[in-house]
Amino acid sequence: MKRSNLILLKILTWLACLWPLGRLLWGAATNDLGADPTATITFATGLATLRLLTISLAITPVRRLSPRLNWLIKFRRLLGLFAFFYASLHLLTYIALYAGFDVNAMANDIAKRRFITVGVAAWLLLLPLAATSTNFAIRKLGGKRWNRLHKLVYAAAVCGVIHYWWQVKPGVLTPLTITVILGVLLLARPAWTLQQKWLRNRKAAAVRARG
Amino acid sequence: MLIVKPPDISSSAITPKDQYLNRRRFLRGAVSGVVAAGAAALGAERLAEVVSPSTRALAGTRLETVKSPLTTTGEELTSLKDVTTYNNFYEFGVDKGQPSMNAGGLPTRPWTVRVDGKVKNPKTFDIEALLRLRPLEDRVYRHRCVEAWSMVIPWIGYSLSEFIQQCEPLSTAKYVQFLSYYDKKVEKWGSETSISWPYSEGLRMDEALNPLTLLTFGLYGEVLPNQNGAPLRIVVPWKYGFKSAKSIVGVRFQDRMPPTTWNDQAPSEYGFYSNVNPNVDHPRWSQKTERRIGLPFYAQRRTTLLFNGYGDQVASLYNGMDLRKYF
Repeated sequence: MKRSNLILLKILTWLACLWPLGRLLWGAATNDLGADPTATITFATGLATLRLLTISLAITPVRRLSPRLNWLIKFRRLLGLFAFFYASLHLLTYIALYAGFDVNAMANDIAKRRFITVGVAAWLLLLPLAATSTNFAIRKLGGKRWNRLHKLVYAAAVCGVIHYWWQVKPGVLTPLTITVILGVLLLARPAWTLQQKWLRNRKAAAVRARG
Repeated sequence: MLIVKPPDISSSAITPKDQYLNRRRFLRGAVSGVVAAGAAALGAERLAEVVSPSTRALAGTRLETVKSPLTTTGEELTSLKDVTTYNNFYEFGVDKGQPSMNAGGLPTRPWTVRVDGKVKNPKTFDIEALLRLRPLEDRVYRHRCVEAWSMVIPWIGYSLSEFIQQCEPLSTAKYVQFLSYYDKKVEKWGSETSISWPYSEGLRMDEALNPLTLLTFGLYGEVLPNQNGAPLRIVVPWKYGFKSAKSIVGVRFQDRMPPTTWNDQAPSEYGFYSNVNPNVDHPRWSQKTERRIGLPFYAQRRTTLLFNGYGDQVASLYNGMDLRKYF
């Protein structure tokens, strides 16, 4: 991909990633955040987190479809960091607008309410990933260890979706779409590994047959 | 022993006949006014659509009301826009904005309410007769949703007890069940959930007879918009909102606690009583505080009151009951 196109795409990605925040800020400034502003902020930041995580997890499977899509990797860190950014806003919304900065109330919630427990777990899982997102950290850790650490993103995404299901009322099926998409993206990985193994075996068998 | 029953209706409760007639004239006039305006706007070829008993001809119809001592004072009303566009009515979609967009097809005329179960004789009431049964009262109530948000709504109706008198329940009737309208074709969004319809709710007989329990026909001076449970619903202000069944077509008197929709869905989360109680947490969220609808995000939070602040009127219904057990 040409450098100028890449820069343009990066700018567009930044704008798209900032869009949910921009809408919230605009809504807050014009007093137009809907009937229940607290719920609007909570839902918008939570949904942005899950969507960005899902898109960042789509990059590897999509790249594998064709070597021409390799440039997509240049966007993964950006998407991942924005996912963490919205997750942090989501957590802050809870701390400020739900718990009212009351530490006891928060401790109580985390201990007692499983959707909060799993939500906080998801954020904690994202924290080391965001902290080691710099080139310096990758060099320091070494590619292999860095890769292993960043597998935590799968656990974070699963926790995020469980958090969504446990938050909605039983019988409400709205989290289904993102669950299915995420499920496909996660299953694409072992499927790809299996396919590679099968291809290697076939190649080896062909070589043996010829030999 | 001679038991003298008090008369069913005290003479002071009876609205003078000319007042009834006035209301009818008023209603008729208002409807024809709407129809005429609609016809002018749409052109004559669509007049039939407007004149047919559709909900559009009724929505916005003013109702004549009288004052009530049971109205809640000292609260700022939630705006009409928020009351009518922020609704939980899952038959029309699970997002709060969906019912106001999707409920247009609810056929609110003709409408009847079937009464059966432990009653002297099963009966069917027509909505027009129910509108005329008692003078309609203005009743402002706080409305507290189990999701921890709240509103203040000026409802219109009369005490459900007035209607129950007409149903002639037997002494074996201990509970009342309310069944909501359900038609898969009109409420196709209902099947986007795994909830089994029709919506069912219930009250203990003494709760249903408490004067605060309102048989509701309107809000903000007008006929109920469809998304708020037209053409008639109940409002039980000291309980979480889901206890206040909408668009009622069936009232069944029972000797046993009836099955209710959310209780069936998750018994540990939604009890049969579901009285507003800041001391009994919902397993998934605290009920200690609530968010008042329509305020900026930094000003929404307020303390939730036991029985939603209606303890003086209803606490005695639960004397000696462990409200943690019977939540």
